[in-house]
Amino acid sequence: MNLVLILLPIALLLGLAGLVAFFWALKSGQFEDPEGAAARILIDDEDEPA
Amino acid sequence: MSVMDPLPGTRTSVLAVPGMHCAGCMSKVERGLGAVDGISSVRANLTSRMVTVAHEARLDDRALVRALADLGYEAQPRAPDDLTAPSAVKPLLAPLAVAAFAAMNVMLLSVSVWSGAEGSTRELFHWITALIALPAIGYAGQPFFKSAWRALKKRTTNMDVPISLGVIIASMLSLYEVATHGEHAWFDGALMLLTFLLAGRVLDAMMRDRARTGVEALVSQAAQGAQVLGADGALGWIASPDLRPGMVMRVAAGERLAADGTILTGASSFDQSLLTGESAPVALGTGEAVLAGTLNLSAPVDVRVSHAGHDTTLAEIARLMEASTQNRSRYVRIADRAARLYAPAVHTLAAVTVIGWLLAGASLYHALVIGVAVLIITCPCALGLSVPVAQVVASGALMRSGIMVKDGSALERMATVDRALLDKTGTLTLGRPSPDHAALAALSASEASLALALASHSRHPLSRALARALAGKSPATLENVREEAGEGVFAQWQGQAVALRRPPAGGQTAVLLQLGDAEPRTIAFHDDLRPDAIAALQRLARAGITTSIVSGDSREAVASIAAATGLEAEAEVRPAEKQALVDRLRAEGHQVLMVGDGLNDGPALAAANASMAPGSASDVGLQAADMVFVQDSLLALPRAVMAARRTMAVVKQNFALAVIYNLLAVPLAIAGLVTPLIAAIAMSGSSLVVVANSLRLTRAAK
Repeated sequence: MNLVLILLPIALLLGLAGLVAFFWALKSGQFEDPEGAAARILIDDEDEPA
Repeated sequence: MSVMDPLPGTRTSVLAVPGMHCAGCMSKVERGLGAVDGISSVRANLTSRMVTVAHEARLDDRALVRALADLGYEAQPRAPDDLTAPSAVKPLLAPLAVAAFAAMNVMLLSVSVWSGAEGSTRELFHWITALIALPAIGYAGQPFFKSAWRALKKRTTNMDVPISLGVIIASMLSLYEVATHGEHAWFDGALMLLTFLLAGRVLDAMMRDRARTGVEALVSQAAQGAQVLGADGALGWIASPDLRPGMVMRVAAGERLAADGTILTGASSFDQSLLTGESAPVALGTGEAVLAGTLNLSAPVDVRVSHAGHDTTLAEIARLMEASTQNRSRYVRIADRAARLYAPAVHTLAAVTVIGWLLAGASLYHALVIGVAVLIITCPCALGLSVPVAQVVASGALMRSGIMVKDGSALERMATVDRALLDKTGTLTLGRPSPDHAALAALSASEASLALALASHSRHPLSRALARALAGKSPATLENVREEAGEGVFAQWQGQAVALRRPPAGGQTAVLLQLGDAEPRTIAFHDDLRPDAIAALQRLARAGITTSIVSGDSREAVASIAAATGLEAEAEVRPAEKQALVDRLRAEGHQVLMVGDGLNDGPALAAANASMAPGSASDVGLQAADMVFVQDSLLALPRAVMAARRTMAVVKQNFALAVIYNLLAVPLAIAGLVTPLIAAIAMSGSSLVVVANSLRLTRAAK
């Protein structure tokens, strides 16, 4: 029972942290352009010195 | 749209760039625009094909469009009144995340309760689940509550009414149970229901979003205005709505025409692909008619406006299409038709159950608990999932075989088709002329090398086709080569005048090879049938679909294709007549599939029950069609029809599975034997069965 009292809040907090992270991602526009995000990795940074 | 930025002197503009479709385009646009003086930052969005530019106020939208044109991309500033509809997926993501998070945590606690938690532990767990579930249901249930409320206000019912009622009543009753130290709470069931249903909605919205992107930016393709030559000879910019018939507009090379008209002076080649789907340039000279939306390619021309604004051919076609599209939107999705039967049945059943238990002497509370159990167990979880999952899996399969499904309901409509109308040029045929083999074989070696040499100097589609067909021969050495737009290629060869030019009168597609004063050689051109056209038509016939040709082309051209395919054909049909033909067939009770590519097919494509266009189609054709096939083979047609039929078979199986599940579970619920545990198992079990059944469609397009 005592163990549950510790584990429960931990489990809930971890889950909540994930939810908050998702909301932050949604708010900061990370789902605005999924196709562009996938394509950007292919762009070479030509003008930067090697 | 331009919004004032907090920084003085800078503005943010958004431009639609429909031609941007890969990483290369994106970096070209961002780097190219970024290098322009006065532009401080550029961000391209590949999903919506938009570019957001922060720039100094002295640059206006036209300067930005010109800068993009220099990079090779057509662009339009996003007008304030056509703010693009927001994505259908995004508003559902947050509710789905909340519902999934809450459902998992509540389920974890519920499992402990089911496995025998007692007394104060159960009490504690129940309160925690209530604390998680109530706000989560209040938030994640909103899409359903709102839609149900809208339906109720209009005194109709939809799938969301039983869902909302079930979820709300279950939450209220569970709260009462928890507060009175009861044994059962139904929070897990309500949340799981919301999660499954939201997942289904997100899949459905993804289909609709995919349908819209790339098409949206094409809507206003006519130019925003034109340089108009005033009476005093001065040039002035006049916006499209203010153009009047009789004005003379000067159209520079690279500009789109803002109005219909006739060429007053000059000659140029025009890209009419927006209207005809034919991407090869068309040479036009003084006195010939040009249409709004076409692109002037090579030289400046003066055009006298004949029709402007809402009277242009482009606007007329757009109006026809809009009217047809409204007709089609009256189509009721199969899931909604099911809901119309389902919702009243479920509500009657729950009400009868409550009344029955009351009559049998149960307490009001007990009767209500059992009524809620009936509502929850019959909640259309499997129904809500079965259609979107089947359609997403099937359209994914079609996409892999080169057929893009633009509209979620397209598969439903395609499945019932029993009559097909095919356009000729570009649809039944490839739309790319190739020279007649017999005529080529009849050429002597020197004639062939001359023809190749002349053809290689021109970008005209016939010349290019001829050069391709003669590739491998060695070209003759020519002098003084010159090309006259609309006439042909002229040159000197060993002191003789030679030419490859168009025949004097129209009719057959051909070129003349002229050698000195000798009788010119005629090289005829054919537009070949698409590969597998005959096999594809046979398959359509086997599928019970009657096919015929409907074309705007001349009778002779259509007759030869009709003879080759053995189909009935109507020739010289105008766009409005094509649409009328579709309407007539529909009135006769046929389900019509229209396949076409040009602007002249647009109204018919929009009016038909279902429509397809080849990937080479005009933008108007692409926009009006439900499905677009990108490969040359015409086998895409029967493949799409068969995949649609398989999809609807699976959807119907899913409905049958949902009914069987209800037949098993509802008697238990009415008898008062369903506990939260049984409800959870039954609900997830039926959803999994439906999803698994739908996944069989991964090979639907084979």
